[in-house]
Amino acid sequence: MNEWIQAILNVFTNPTFYKSTLTQSTPLILAAMGGVFSETTGVTNIALEGIMLMGAFGGVMGSYFTGNPWYGLALGTFFGLAMAALHAWASIKYGADQIISGTALILLAQGITGFALVELFGQPGSTDLVRSIPLVDLGSFKDVPFFGPIFGNLSPFVYMAFASVIFGWILIYKTKLGLRMRSVGNNPEAADTLGINVYNVRYFGVIMSGLFAALGGAYLSIGELGQFTTNMTNGRGFIALAAMIIGNWNPVGAMSASLLFGAATAFNNQLQSQSILNLSTNTQYIFGMIPYIITLIVVAGFIGKSRAPSADGIPYIKE
Amino acid sequence: MEKADYSQYAVVMKGITKRFPGVLANDHVDLFVKKGEIHAIVGENGAGKTTLMSQLYGLIRPDEGKIYINGFEKQIRNPNDAIEAKIGMVHQHFMLVDRLSVVENIVLGKEPVRGPFFDLNRSRKEIRELSKKFGLLVDPDAIIEDLPVGMQQRVEIIKVLYRGAEILILDEPTAVLTPQETNELFEILKNLQKQGRTIILITHKLNEVMAITESVTVMRLGKVTGVVRTSQTNPNQLANMMVGREVLLTVEKDKAHPGEEILQVKNLVVKENRGIEAVRGLSLSVRKGEIVGIAGVAGNGQTELTEAITGLRKVESGKIIFKGEDITNYSPKKRREMGMGHIPEDRLKHGLIKLFPVYYNFILGEHDDSKFSDGVFLKIEEIKKFSEELVKRFDVRPPKIDLLGMNLSGGNQQKVIVAREIAFNPVLMIVSQPTRGLDVGAIEFIHKTLISMRDKGIGILLVSMELEEIFSLSDRILTIYEGQIMGETTPDKTTPEEVGLMMAGHKLEDIRQEA
Repeated sequence: MNEWIQAILNVFTNPTFYKSTLTQSTPLILAAMGGVFSETTGVTNIALEGIMLMGAFGGVMGSYFTGNPWYGLALGTFFGLAMAALHAWASIKYGADQIISGTALILLAQGITGFALVELFGQPGSTDLVRSIPLVDLGSFKDVPFFGPIFGNLSPFVYMAFASVIFGWILIYKTKLGLRMRSVGNNPEAADTLGINVYNVRYFGVIMSGLFAALGGAYLSIGELGQFTTNMTNGRGFIALAAMIIGNWNPVGAMSASLLFGAATAFNNQLQSQSILNLSTNTQYIFGMIPYIITLIVVAGFIGKSRAPSADGIPYIKE
Repeated sequence: MEKADYSQYAVVMKGITKRFPGVLANDHVDLFVKKGEIHAIVGENGAGKTTLMSQLYGLIRPDEGKIYINGFEKQIRNPNDAIEAKIGMVHQHFMLVDRLSVVENIVLGKEPVRGPFFDLNRSRKEIRELSKKFGLLVDPDAIIEDLPVGMQQRVEIIKVLYRGAEILILDEPTAVLTPQETNELFEILKNLQKQGRTIILITHKLNEVMAITESVTVMRLGKVTGVVRTSQTNPNQLANMMVGREVLLTVEKDKAHPGEEILQVKNLVVKENRGIEAVRGLSLSVRKGEIVGIAGVAGNGQTELTEAITGLRKVESGKIIFKGEDITNYSPKKRREMGMGHIPEDRLKHGLIKLFPVYYNFILGEHDDSKFSDGVFLKIEEIKKFSEELVKRFDVRPPKIDLLGMNLSGGNQQKVIVAREIAFNPVLMIVSQPTRGLDVGAIEFIHKTLISMRDKGIGILLVSMELEEIFSLSDRILTIYEGQIMGETTPDKTTPEEVGLMMAGHKLEDIRQEA
């Protein structure tokens, strides 16, 4: 028992845990922000997982062909926007069932990336290593005890994630466009009678969700690693959706929930690597469940308290 | 030259025709509304009143016809055009965003901005000024869903005024209000009129027309059937123009001869969906052969009360006794078998199945009766024969038993439900909002049927938001407020005003003490 307490203490006193929390949370925050944008305007977007996957693949592909990871980021973003546009087109223009459209897009993304992976790189499983987006080096700040190792050398995606939260919060709660987004997500008919173009506002929300989710996906592939592997998003799109729900469809709430999930993953990784525990490799599967068990518990506790926008998931069809 | 002709009118609609698939909703309708008057448009449901006004407000476009505003022809293609022409509409179902605040709702679509940001402070200030000018007090920062209906309606009116409306359209504005709120609304409307606004009021309540309007346009089946000055008409004449035949505005009934108590509710406590107590220690009783009316504003526990009595909702505490037996925990099926009929408030949700043909809807709840089923299979022939009879007896139109429930009009859907419930010979009927959304003709039919059931000795508990209905049908009136009974009285010993006070939460004994 004592070695467990010691191991847990070790995790919490080590700056690596905190840095890992930030990096694990980054893709979740970005994707959750995508969810917030889409659902605030009343369009459910379970396609986040698929959009992230396309963003991740596009990132590697762009970097591979141009040698410049920033072009990779641009391509990944473009793929994400295209996916979101498809979702918007089906669910806004044609009033398709948004869950079905979203599911179809996830399957489409898995198919496209799996196929293109083999076609372009000649092997299944993973791509070649490509150049990744350089980290932000804070110079001498790295030598500051404890905080240096956490913040000294982070990916620009981490900054982007937190910037997106501030951007999202201001846009949704402090601007005219945000007021319109919220009105369209709660009562599109009312917005319509006031001369607001419901469709345009919804297109905006869904397209923005493509942008953010693709950024989250691109971080996974060209943020640190420089490689794409099959289904590398591994359910993060759904965790991001859960974060958005727990966060009550609010950017700050979604960020907090993403940080919680990020911390759970980081904790599990760090705890496993504590040598004093002498864990067999088989137990890593048990540990791997920690973030998901936390998800279940937290969602069960929060779900009654958070409320989706009233018109979330309901197509608006004018007579 | 035409322009000059219409300059005294705020609104002229000329030869408006609007077709929907299979329906001629407006057939060459003419409407003339003078500047600064309150003009009523009356007619039954489906007469085309709302369709006509939706065209004036640009929600839909006419197939034919012209619109003149203040003498000038105007193309109104969308609500923005209407707003620009200084026309505003308060819809029957409020167009408010529940989660947003009063101020956000009012300025939506015409938001003051400062730089890139929405300027909340300036919005607040502008709204305070408007409230003051027109005597419409509201708290700008309240969230819509926390406000009572009457307040929400004020928000709708301010919303329209904020957009500079000179011509206000109100679609059935009193349908959801208590008598007191209605009076307040009328004060507001008169005040607006004094300040030079023109008001068009869509309604089917003829006493309201008489009370505050200057002129009336009557519509029936998409056509205008009469245009009169209010001072030169009376409710009966208007009703006849609306329906196209003589209508009985009052229900004819003899004195009730109540028998023994058949239903007793004792200290009943029922929670609503969010876990809050909606019925709070309520007691009542119904005797055979009488109609007990429950008056009240929607949302004061009526739904929960009827659901608890019919077994659709769990009882927290208290007792329900039916035919001397404690049925508090009985299933709905058992209650039906004991002879409890139910006409639910939401026809489409609880009354019938939209996608079932009429003949299936007729046997819902009796489907496993040996008359209709041999235990495994339904006896389709028997069911159809039974249905043909009911359709004839209750004059369901069109008289086709294989029509889907959703393809019937509201009145005929209600007839199907009433027919079904009567057919299994209940001894007690729990009736909720039986005439909601029905037109004068159908209302007359339902009312007659309820009275004849009463005269056959059936006990009826009637829940209605329509005070007129409560007064004309009930033998005893109970008024419910926040899940409790405020007082019991009879129609001849009280007034709508007194019941209105109870609906607003005053106890009967307190009212009478003060008087």
